[in-house]
Amino acid sequence: MSDHEPSTALLEVRDVNVSADGRDILRDVHFSINHGEFTGLIGSNGAGKTTLFRVILGIQEHASGEVLLHGEPLTRSNRSIGYVPQKVLFDPDLPIRARDLVALGADGHRYGLRRRPRALHDAVDEMLDAVDAGAFADRRVGSLSGGEQQRVLIAHSLISRPELLLLDEPLANLDPGSVQEIIALLHRVAQRQRVAILLSAHEMNPLLPVMDRIVYVANGHVASGTTDEVVRPSVLSALYGHHVDVLRVHGRVLVVATALPVGPAPNDEHPEFVVE
Amino acid sequence: MFSSFMTNAWISGTIVAMLAGAVGFFVVLRGASFAAHAIPNGAFAGAAGAYLVGISPLVGLVSFALLSALGIGVTSRRTRNDVATALSLVAMLALGAAFLSVSLIYEPTINALLFGEILGVSSSQLAPVLILGVVSVAVLGWFYRPLVFTSVAPELARARGVNATVVDVAFLVVVALATALTVPVVGALLTFSLMIGPPAAARILVARPGWAVAGSVGLSLVTVWVSIGASYALNLPIGFFVGALGAVFYLGARVAARRRVTRPAT
Ligand SMILES: Nc1ncnc2c1ncn2[C@@H]1O[C@H](COP(=O)(O)OP(=O)(O)OP(=O)(O)O)[C@@H](O)[C@H]1O
Ligand SMILES: [Mg+2]
Repeated sequence: MSDHEPSTALLEVRDVNVSADGRDILRDVHFSINHGEFTGLIGSNGAGKTTLFRVILGIQEHASGEVLLHGEPLTRSNRSIGYVPQKVLFDPDLPIRARDLVALGADGHRYGLRRRPRALHDAVDEMLDAVDAGAFADRRVGSLSGGEQQRVLIAHSLISRPELLLLDEPLANLDPGSVQEIIALLHRVAQRQRVAILLSAHEMNPLLPVMDRIVYVANGHVASGTTDEVVRPSVLSALYGHHVDVLRVHGRVLVVATALPVGPAPNDEHPEFVVE
Repeated sequence: MFSSFMTNAWISGTIVAMLAGAVGFFVVLRGASFAAHAIPNGAFAGAAGAYLVGISPLVGLVSFALLSALGIGVTSRRTRNDVATALSLVAMLALGAAFLSVSLIYEPTINALLFGEILGVSSSQLAPVLILGVVSVAVLGWFYRPLVFTSVAPELARARGVNATVVDVAFLVVVALATALTVPVVGALLTFSLMIGPPAAARILVARPGWAVAGSVGLSLVTVWVSIGASYALNLPIGFFVGALGAVFYLGARVAARRRVTRPAT
């Protein structure tokens, strides 16, 4: 859990507390993200991953804490953060093609009716090709499959050349082959554009080959560092509040609860039992 | 039907059609059709109130349309949007009915307010109608991209730094102005149809946002021109033709889109 120098970190989340309906969702969350690094945000359903993304984007009310980008608080204009939400619903009749959605990532926040410059159209094509979405660039977004929409949304969030890209469970609903494909694609694009990635997932295993650091959320608390620093029985047991074991088998990591605590089990906060 | 006294009808009808077609595109895109149903009722109450106190109906139309639009905007922050809209709709209809019953107003005027009148805009009102129309279109143009963005993916737009509240309010103001200008021509009960029918058809036929706006304006112009002509020739309320054509265009577009989908890919 090494803390990074604030001056070198791209993003710093400091002591963020979020509660809703009198219930604490995130408590004293702090971690930082470095330039160009791939960080996995790992936690089970309801752990607070989406909430944390919304805090970083400045669209979630939070009781205390701050988020710094380059050491400065976020404002409307300085945010160079791309975002791919967990789910976006597009009406199939929506008169918006994949390429229109990508272009909105570049100028959708601008007022006034200026013609889109040639360079923007080229950038859209380039971005769609980079995420292998060229084949359905002219189809309506609402008519695309979940996996296809995912690629278009990634292109949308990258076209403004952000320094940080937040992806909320982009691997859910993908078949295992597509999971590998998207991870490889993100890794490739991240290195080429030098963009730092914070990607949330339930399962850390598919991310192990590309992940530089991990932010592990459970019980409203967070542990961060390299995988070796965080994915250890001592750290995760402290996070979950009861003993867990960490098994490494065939290059996979399994987090296993040895025994459920006495009394009512905390519902959505138990570690995953992996049986394979 | 092209006599000089009809010139007014053609000019005001054309302005109203272009405005309703453009504004309606965003109404449909944002899923705000319910607001487009409620605001005309507010405008109706405003016009009725204006007759009651003896001022220009346009003043009543504009002020009450704005009031109900902003009312919808404020209440929708607290409750679910459709509940807030439905409540203001009913309240406004009741208010309009009350105004009409205490003022000694001729029945044809009430009919015109509800179902439209080809001579609904007098020549003295043509200039204000034109100015308000131009202002509305200018605001729409200024907000074009953030409007599309917040309609298509509100969460993404907010993450990109778009101030959704500002866009919402600006949009509701434009809907209110467009409504206030449309009600005297098409009628309070059928303004909704002109704002929803052509854009709903256009967005099915055209996949690009810019061209869908143009298509919507085009269909809206055809709707109003045909309706004015038919209303003059057959002496039926203009709103009847507007409502019927809106439904016909929408169904036609649906059928055309179906054929396009089921046709084997080439
Ligand atoms: N608006 C809200 N009001 C009340 N509680 C909320 C609200 N939004 C989220 N929560 C609660 O906060 C907790 C964290 O939610 P969040 O969506 O951040 O989890 P998550 O880690 O993204 O889960 P998942 O993996 O299912 O997407 C959940 O218990 C959820 O019920
Ligand atoms: Mg989530």
